[in-house]
Amino acid sequence: MADKRIDSETGVETVGHEWDGIEELNNPLPRWWLWTFYACIAFAIGYVVVYPAIPLLDKGTEGIWGWTSRGQLAAEMKKEEDRKAPILAALAARPVEELPRDAELMRTAVAGGRAAFKVNCVQCHGAGAAGSKGFPNLNDDDWLWGGDLKSIETTLIHGIRQPGDDQTRFSQMPAFGRDGILDSTQIQYLVSHVRSISGQEQTGPSAQRGSTIFAEQCASCHGPDGKGNRAFGAPDLTDAIWLYGGSRADITQTITNSRFGVMPAWGQKLDAGTIKMLAAYVHSLGGGEDFVEAAAQPAAEVNEQP
Amino acid sequence: MELVLSRAAAWFAALLLAVIAVAAAQDSGFAVHMSIIAIAALIGLWVTISRADYGAIARGIIRTPADPGRYDDDPVRWGVIATVFWGMAGFAAGLYIALQLAFPVLNFEPYLNFGRLRPLHTSAVIFAFGGNALIASSFYVVQRTCRARLALPGLARFVFWGYQLFIVLAATGYLMGITQSKEYAEPEWYVDWWLTIVWVAYLAVFVGTILKRKEPHIYVANWFYLSFIITVAMLHVVNNLDLPVSLLGSKSYSVFAGVQSALVQWWYGHNAVGFFLTAGFLAMMYYFVPKQAERPIFSYRLSIIHFWALIFLYIWAGPHHLHYTALPDWAQTLGMVFSVMLWMPSWGGMINGLMTLNGAWDKVRTDPIIRMMVISLAFYGMSTFEGPLMSIKSVNSLSHYTDWTIGHVHSGALGWNGMITFSVLYFLTPRLWNRERLYSLRMVNWHFWLATAGIVFYAASMWVAGITQGLMWREYGADGYLVNSFADTVAALHPMYILRAFGGLLYLAGAVILVINIWLTIAGRQRVEEPLRQAAYDPAADRPIVPAAAN
Repeated sequence: MADKRIDSETGVETVGHEWDGIEELNNPLPRWWLWTFYACIAFAIGYVVVYPAIPLLDKGTEGIWGWTSRGQLAAEMKKEEDRKAPILAALAARPVEELPRDAELMRTAVAGGRAAFKVNCVQCHGAGAAGSKGFPNLNDDDWLWGGDLKSIETTLIHGIRQPGDDQTRFSQMPAFGRDGILDSTQIQYLVSHVRSISGQEQTGPSAQRGSTIFAEQCASCHGPDGKGNRAFGAPDLTDAIWLYGGSRADITQTITNSRFGVMPAWGQKLDAGTIKMLAAYVHSLGGGEDFVEAAAQPAAEVNEQP
Repeated sequence: MELVLSRAAAWFAALLLAVIAVAAAQDSGFAVHMSIIAIAALIGLWVTISRADYGAIARGIIRTPADPGRYDDDPVRWGVIATVFWGMAGFAAGLYIALQLAFPVLNFEPYLNFGRLRPLHTSAVIFAFGGNALIASSFYVVQRTCRARLALPGLARFVFWGYQLFIVLAATGYLMGITQSKEYAEPEWYVDWWLTIVWVAYLAVFVGTILKRKEPHIYVANWFYLSFIITVAMLHVVNNLDLPVSLLGSKSYSVFAGVQSALVQWWYGHNAVGFFLTAGFLAMMYYFVPKQAERPIFSYRLSIIHFWALIFLYIWAGPHHLHYTALPDWAQTLGMVFSVMLWMPSWGGMINGLMTLNGAWDKVRTDPIIRMMVISLAFYGMSTFEGPLMSIKSVNSLSHYTDWTIGHVHSGALGWNGMITFSVLYFLTPRLWNRERLYSLRMVNWHFWLATAGIVFYAASMWVAGITQGLMWREYGADGYLVNSFADTVAALHPMYILRAFGGLLYLAGAVILVINIWLTIAGRQRVEEPLRQAAYDPAADRPIVPAAAN
């Protein structure tokens, strides 16, 4: 073991130990290091006094500022609720179809709906609401169950094909192939017909045979001309928009096995105000339709004119 | 002869038990693991019978005694090779999961999905690469600083091979989906029990060697190694207290539940960082930096103060992983203030390492191994400043759950743990295999620059990604509503994820150079190149002190 010596390079004395050639200098603690360490300790003591810190028998000390994380959350939530309260009150006072009459309220509702959409809806409909196969694009004006504010709100509240909600949007297309209603040749005729009315194929003999089958099997929901029926969520087959694809293979698949798209009944999860906001946002995306009161009376009134 | 027979009988019994366990296993994962144990027992049996020194047995001694005038370096040599091997596996897995995050199509269900490969990566780099580096270097350092051969040499070999078995069981378990879902403590109950046995044996070898030391004092590196071994044993046992569903099945349930379980988990998780990746690697630093620099340690007093401050403060800092959760406020406060107080004690190690170069700073220019040590201490300083910063609740509310955490961990792991380990491997290899020098010091330089560039890409991209993510999550528009959906934030991070993978690729490329260099050094080759500085080595002095009677 080496004795204490003065290190020639730094002029500092060694401690006098040596292990495998390693010695140690007897430098003091760097002052800046020590004072920063003390400052950190002082900060820690101050923080412990001010905030909840020391565990006692049944709970911790509360700190002289009385701060709690639950309290902070409650205060922030309260602030947000206070901000939203007048908006929600105004929304509650107005049926959704009358929202457009109050431009300011409509604008606020659309903004709120945009945020709620990002949390709840983008998983299926996509961040830009453009949908994907099986999930409708909400930017266009092609609506399965109706595109006015009231219809959108109903769809949101009760969902689509949700068991347990008796007002849910419901319909079920038969699985024509799987259930043996049509054979595969007939299905191919039908596919030709559907592709011909949507302008994807020339009308040939196959499509003509398909049109007879269409009239028997499909027209009750999709309409004699294939333009669809919103009462059943039956899509318009004559346009270029296809929820599950418009190729021969896709349409064959749809007719053979049917489709059964679902959407949650958001009324069970979100409050009525948020649902109105969502309806306003979806309506604002580009395809929103005007709400029309059930048009029964006007015809009678006309007759009363002299 | 009886000893060989009884050892063979013990191996055979282990083999038999493992085969029975395979037959009676409750699930296929457990059966696969017991098969691995059966194979290990078979190898042990074969080695016992085929390697027995029958000539020595005939002369009435068990095995020709190794030269008592040399250090017992076999487990260290194996450990160097194991460190390099597992390091490559861990870095490659890391690069692959970084690519999976950027390109999800690279997930192959179920065995190669991100969820299973991620613990494979973390365990491979922390426990397999880092753990082997710690065990091997501790066996090397404790012998030299005690001037004594390893106590319990048989047990030391058991520690090495037992630890490799632990690694294989853990890694194969992850791929099969066997996990107790605790971060950095994923292996199931039977693997945990096995590691406990190995770890206690490790403690016995280490303490035994210190007890038979020929030096009056215990060197600072050994304080750090000892605190690492003892604390990891305590953390491992407490965090893995659980009840197996069946003694023949892989599933178990933790005895802790809810927030208690979370607190125990992060008490473990944070101190795995503190005692495995900090204290253990500081021990390496305290021996290899002064040896390579050929300078005395800067301050003995600082080493005492920062050692005790570090181990006293670190153990309380875990709750900062649970800010703004169900953990009581008082525990969050303490986790934060202990982390803040930890800043200077952590930096004490950096100061002592860097200032040891006083009088030898020119070596940073001429010695690539010293340069590697210096950058590792610089990254150590950066990440131990960043840690206390991120533990402050208002910073944490932005950084938590974001990629900032990932960047922080990797500036520590790649920069500090990786670089100090590489420099130690470069120091050890020529000495352990009795080579005049490394195959190439110029290649060490290449490794240095590739790895450093890799860390810069990694850490910088993750800082940007993390802060972007944190700010986007909390961004409210003028109308008071959230601006971004979660998918928007994921899309925004994509370029950063690609840059991160590029950084990982550079780091892996550097490690490939390390493999070539170590391989060719062991093979006894020397690259013809302009010489660079290397630390002096005197094989005559590198010997234990042998009592006169033994000579």
